[in-house]
Amino acid sequence: MIDARNFTYMFYGFAAAFVILVVYVVSLALREHKLRSEIDRVRRMVEQSEKKI
Amino acid sequence: MLFVLAAVCAVLLSVNLYKIFMILPDEANQGAIYRIVYVHVPAIFTGFTGFFIALGASAAYLITGKLKYDAFAAAVTEVALAFATIVLATGMIWGRIIWGIWWAWDARLTTMLACWLIYAGYLMLRRAIDEPTQRARLSAVVSIFGCVDILIVWKSIEWWRTQHPAPVLSVRDGGGMGPGMEAPIYWNWLAFMCLAAILVIVRTRQERMAREIDSLRRMAHAY
Repeated sequence: MIDARNFTYMFYGFAAAFVILVVYVVSLALREHKLRSEIDRVRRMVEQSEKKI
Repeated sequence: MLFVLAAVCAVLLSVNLYKIFMILPDEANQGAIYRIVYVHVPAIFTGFTGFFIALGASAAYLITGKLKYDAFAAAVTEVALAFATIVLATGMIWGRIIWGIWWAWDARLTTMLACWLIYAGYLMLRRAIDEPTQRARLSAVVSIFGCVDILIVWKSIEWWRTQHPAPVLSVRDGGGMGPGMEAPIYWNWLAFMCLAAILVIVRTRQERMAREIDSLRRMAHAY
């Protein structure tokens, strides 16, 4: 019983590390996507302002 | 560059995980759970390396006033904090089996939690201040002060009697691990450093993009 719990918690330990890294990588990817669309939006805004002038 | 680092990281992690799970035997007293050390220790080495690099970048910003150092310090600190989170999580899971409790308020665990909170506070501070030079100056000071806690975390198991295990690595005169059990810790550290380098490169690029957005916005408002 103790050995089985021991093995299960070892799995939890490795899984926790993996999940933390995956969550961080996904958050980075989402942030990158948001920044790229924001850059495009602001560039268009600058171009429109230049055309008006 | 990113692909080379990713390939090196993938190869190192695959070889290490094979060694850890398929070759190394269970530890005599702890059984299988001791294998968490192969994530826990490399993660803290990676995290602390990152915090010290951030210290250097913060000091460079304070000396030169160049915002690129501040952006790099922010990127490195965020990635290092992710590894510090792994340290706390894996340590708690190991403690649940070996000590029978998830958490103990002993010197090592408490100072490590304080370290995590200081650097989480660093990232929150950056979000709270809009003015770039003021944000850079204040966060550089927090980063430099945060490194003092790292030294306390490192020495806490020597300065106080703690529930946390005494040093086991031979580099700290521990010698508590069997032959062949210590090397995978350093190889995993190398793999984690490659992974951290990839994340820092991506995160630094994002900081550059955020600066570009700021300057484009200023340009748009100027018209």
